[in-house]
Amino acid sequence: MGGVLSYAVRGLTRRHGVGEHSVLANDRIDLDVRQAEVFGVLGPNGAGKTTLVRQLMGLLRPDAGTITMFGRDVRAAPDLPARLAGYLGQADLALAELPVATAVSTTARMRGLSRPDARSARDAVLDELGLADLAHRPLSSLSGGQRRLACVATALVGDRPVLILDEPTTGLDPVARRAVWGALQHRRDTTGTTIVLITHNVLEAESVLDRVAVLEAGRVIACDTPGQLKASVSGDVRLDLAWRYDPPADDPTIAMLAGLATVRGRRWTVRMAPVAAREALGRLTTGAAFAALDDFSLATPSLEDVYLTLGGASRDLERT
Amino acid sequence: MTVVPDAHDAVASTGTAARDHALGAVRGTPGANLPGLAAPEFTRVPAEPSGPLEQPRGSAPSAGPEGLMPPRIPAATGFGTAFGAVYRGQLARSKVGRIPLLFVASFQSIGILVLLRGILDVGDANAAGQVVAGSTVLVVAFVALNLLAQRFGALRAAGALDYYLTLPIPPAAVVLGTAASYATFAAPGTLVTAVFGSLLYGLSLSGLWLLAPVVLLAGVCLSGLGAAVGLLAPKPELATIAGQLGMSIVLFLGVIPADRLPEVGQLARDALPSTYAVDALSAAFQRNVHWMTVLVDLAVCAAVGVGALVVAVLALRRVGTS
Repeated sequence: MGGVLSYAVRGLTRRHGVGEHSVLANDRIDLDVRQAEVFGVLGPNGAGKTTLVRQLMGLLRPDAGTITMFGRDVRAAPDLPARLAGYLGQADLALAELPVATAVSTTARMRGLSRPDARSARDAVLDELGLADLAHRPLSSLSGGQRRLACVATALVGDRPVLILDEPTTGLDPVARRAVWGALQHRRDTTGTTIVLITHNVLEAESVLDRVAVLEAGRVIACDTPGQLKASVSGDVRLDLAWRYDPPADDPTIAMLAGLATVRGRRWTVRMAPVAAREALGRLTTGAAFAALDDFSLATPSLEDVYLTLGGASRDLERT
Repeated sequence: MTVVPDAHDAVASTGTAARDHALGAVRGTPGANLPGLAAPEFTRVPAEPSGPLEQPRGSAPSAGPEGLMPPRIPAATGFGTAFGAVYRGQLARSKVGRIPLLFVASFQSIGILVLLRGILDVGDANAAGQVVAGSTVLVVAFVALNLLAQRFGALRAAGALDYYLTLPIPPAAVVLGTAASYATFAAPGTLVTAVFGSLLYGLSLSGLWLLAPVVLLAGVCLSGLGAAVGLLAPKPELATIAGQLGMSIVLFLGVIPADRLPEVGQLARDALPSTYAVDALSAAFQRNVHWMTVLVDLAVCAAVGVGALVVAVLALRRVGTS
């Protein structure tokens, strides 16, 4: 897909704290975010995702490196991100006691919309996200997911050319999550909105992202489309097994799998070549171990596999 | 970064020719250097491209993926609009969560008035006027200094100032809009306190019009200080302590009549900005008013307030570029 580079990040480095206790939150990050793409930043907690997007929004100054937005150096034009991008941070205290409708319409006004435009933009985005019934309730009286959704509405209102969203779907139920994904993709498709989205949800990364950068300990360890990333790391498939009770250890297939498996309680995960996995599964479902087998699945690699294969150490990625 | 003057028209056309024309125009514009248009795989973008990008407000949405061209940069929002939006939002907040605190603010002052009624000599209009004025300004101190310092301290600690800092608005609009709403919120409590105090001490209500400029300028002064304290305090707990300490000082030095304070206390009283609001308001209860002194008192409040608000705005900017 051709287009203009919404963000070009080069050598971005940012350290938190000073002296011995300082942490290198972003370490020489290079990224290109193209116009009209949904660009994901995936990684476990503490990988430096929020530090990265706060720099993209001009909220943190890089220690080294450059950020250009549509070709313009953000340092030379510090007001650029606020004018071009709608931002959803993790904190919502500024809006907590506001009724949802007021939070959205005053945000629209602060993005320069006239009063009538702000009202219609507010009504449209509340309808789009299914929040119309909650319009007059203060955010603080809503459930965590509804509250997050209302904050998403404030980020979306006013149609900025760029959206920077820090974990927009955390705490949302599946219906609300899909409404957010739909709203993002609609903006990308109809107005060419560029979306940078932080997630540690693998399903989200696989369903909505055009490209994804995988962050680990402040470094980008991979950056490509989800499909390319999956294809690049391994031709292996993943065999997941769940046992009702301990399987017979003397079964040769069981012994072979036990040697390869990552075991969590009675759940085994084995990564192996597709043919070997199919054969093993065939023997399991027809042999003596079948009685002990509660559930199984055979899947192609997920982004989680990519992440682990690339050297990601943490295991706290969400899967649902 | 350069935008074609006729980009809007080009976007409106869906034809390939129009799109090509638009892209060609971007490429051909002097100073434009958009690698994204020149090559599918992007290379390093020049750090300092040139050309105007400002666009009038209210223009059409940017190009879709079919006609990819740099979006127009939305204009920054003017101070007036941003101030209005912040102010309105904060008032909406107040309705939800702050009304009980308003009662606390007024009850505290009314309680002090009742307490001192038993101590003061009846007929000492001078001292009584100061007590009523001091209790009234205390309401402003409670809301504008104490609560505002807590509010900004909490917002800063939670990282919630990011919400404002990522909107295209002047930081001054955030500080002033919030401060103004807190000052507004203090207004009914000051009226209740001043009227109650006047009746309790048998003072004339005829000069109470002075309450309007005094509350306004005391509001500017104390909310400016509250905002500055909240935004500068390294920890939210310190902002809370500073706000409450400030309110206590306003209470002691404002409510106790000046001639009953020891010499050190009088010096401290002179150094406290709220004193000037108390003195200006106490003129409302006196027969012979030195209007020049009242004006000077109000000017001191205004000057301190403006200074504190400037400090608060600078502090907010600093938070935004840490």
